[in-house]
Amino acid sequence: MNITVKLFATLRNGRDKIMTIQMPEGSTVSDIVTHMALPREEVAIIMINSRGAELTTELHDTDILALFPPVGGG
Amino acid sequence: MHKFIRIDMTTLTSTVSEVPAKYVGLGGRALTSNFVNDEVNPTCHPLGKNNKIVFAPGLLSGTAAANSGRMSVGSKSPLTGTIKESNTGGSSSQMLAKMGIKAFVIEGMPSEDKFYVIKLDMNGVTIEEAPAEIIGGCGNYDAIRILGEKYGKHVGVAIIGPAGEYRLPSANISFKDPEGNIRSAGRGGLGAVLGSKKVKAIIIDETGAGKVEIANPEAFMAANKVFSKALLDHPVSGQGLGLYGTDVLVNILNEAGGLPSYNFTSGRIDHNDNISGETMNATITERGGEGKVSHGCHKGCVIRCSQWYTDKEGKYITSGFEYETIWGLGADAGIEDLDAIAYIDRAMDDVGVDSIETAVAVATAMDGGLIPWGDGKAVLEIVKDMAKPTPLARIIAGGAGAVGSLCGLYRTPVVKNQAIPAYDPRAIKGIGLTYATTTMGADHTAGYCISGNILKVGANIDPLKKEGQIEYARAMQIGTAAIDSTGMCLFIYFGVADNPAGYQALIDMINAQYGLSLTANDVDELGKSVLKVERDFNKRAGFTNAHDRLPEFMEYEPIMPHNVVWDFTPEEIDEVMNF
Repeated sequence: MNITVKLFATLRNGRDKIMTIQMPEGSTVSDIVTHMALPREEVAIIMINSRGAELTTELHDTDILALFPPVGGG
Repeated sequence: MHKFIRIDMTTLTSTVSEVPAKYVGLGGRALTSNFVNDEVNPTCHPLGKNNKIVFAPGLLSGTAAANSGRMSVGSKSPLTGTIKESNTGGSSSQMLAKMGIKAFVIEGMPSEDKFYVIKLDMNGVTIEEAPAEIIGGCGNYDAIRILGEKYGKHVGVAIIGPAGEYRLPSANISFKDPEGNIRSAGRGGLGAVLGSKKVKAIIIDETGAGKVEIANPEAFMAANKVFSKALLDHPVSGQGLGLYGTDVLVNILNEAGGLPSYNFTSGRIDHNDNISGETMNATITERGGEGKVSHGCHKGCVIRCSQWYTDKEGKYITSGFEYETIWGLGADAGIEDLDAIAYIDRAMDDVGVDSIETAVAVATAMDGGLIPWGDGKAVLEIVKDMAKPTPLARIIAGGAGAVGSLCGLYRTPVVKNQAIPAYDPRAIKGIGLTYATTTMGADHTAGYCISGNILKVGANIDPLKKEGQIEYARAMQIGTAAIDSTGMCLFIYFGVADNPAGYQALIDMINAQYGLSLTANDVDELGKSVLKVERDFNKRAGFTNAHDRLPEFMEYEPIMPHNVVWDFTPEEIDEVMNF
């Protein structure tokens, strides 16, 4: 299945902002973090199709995954 | 001896006395809100002689405690008609605390039509006529420089711009920061109150002041060490805010579909990368020169969420370039260029208007056909014209509610006539409960539910669902009222929300300074008492639960991409303040 991955803030360091990757059916967010060799401890805010998600959430074909490090403001 | 200062602008006299017993244990918002509720007639006209304005450093201000340099300004708001606490950084809070000044109050109004400068120093209070060159259109940047030449570069300054002189409803009070630039007590039009009392500026000269008295210095230092470490260890307060500033939120809110855009008609924009915190960081870094990615608004700040944003030649344009300002102009008004937004931000600081109220008023005016969508040049001219002010500039500085009314708009994003800031309550329900129920009119900082709805700090609640939101919005407002009373920057919340030892260290510092033995429960009770006092004032001013509502359009106009409306019932909303 094809997943669009968007990276933000420090997760962009040395990487593209947006990319499409191919993953086996049933892959989770955690699998993608491993596949992309992202620093796991820096992945704090996860959204799939603009909804909050967890590392264990399963993805589906054409999903848009957004990954953020811990950030705040206000 | 701690001092309580009253300045009577009717007689141009002042009194310096001991702190009234009721206020001895209070600071910041707890003090200003209690004072306003005690002494201001809730039905008075905010710009008349019966309103009063009070300035108070927080309980920990002036000490070595990290991030303790915030100040509260309290009054009856000319924008909302409610009680108001407007909170600011800059140097003045720490100076006042070191001078032993618990609070100063400005009351009455002079009969003569001229502006004054009030000087506070260790000898007391001096009231002088304001220098002619800073009156009638002079911007805050120049006025602060001129006052520095007259009173010394070292002094603290609180000042109103031309917008305050003209008593415009979005006029703010600007405070000099350590480098002579500007921080603002932005919301609620308190600059207009100061203008009505003919006070152009307040000079604070701490020469001869000692140190803040600490009952148990060793315990204080130990607690401050734990507290500072908690702030520095947390990735948000210790790293993220310093790197990207608050503007890092553009991409997160955009991705979450909660970024109000084009006057709250969409939750998402396509040009987010033009105005994001990532872009701001890269732009400042590339341009070099005077630019700073990270900067503190007061001495002792370890979070450093401010920055110096520069032009293409590396010259300073503005600092404290906040997410809410950039959201308002960039997403809500559709101005796609960060430089254009930076120049407008500087102009707003210079004329002295709240950057949230003004940005939302601009977007509302665009929806109403007064300004073309996304036209940064036109907006810059209008904001500069607030120094004259032209009729159009007056209309925009009237705030979002006034603009919506004048344009005959149904879609006017205000609560209690104060503009709704940068987080859409239809897609992030927790923050909607804060907007509806806070005593301040729509205000994200009164109970920042974005934290547990989007950022996963302190809680993890689905922003699109109702579950858990009422209790969360209540707890956040109570906690915030307490933090606002300490002189602490609200962003310490990120460092202590999930770190009980860090939160305890904050309480330990208060205990060590005042020789107390407060518990977390006592701090919670302080927060509750502040909210109750504020609600009492608002009730006596004529506000009821029926005013604790979001604008009706949010119930009927779904926002994309989630296609959701505001769906809390009145009964559910009223539960937030039921404690």
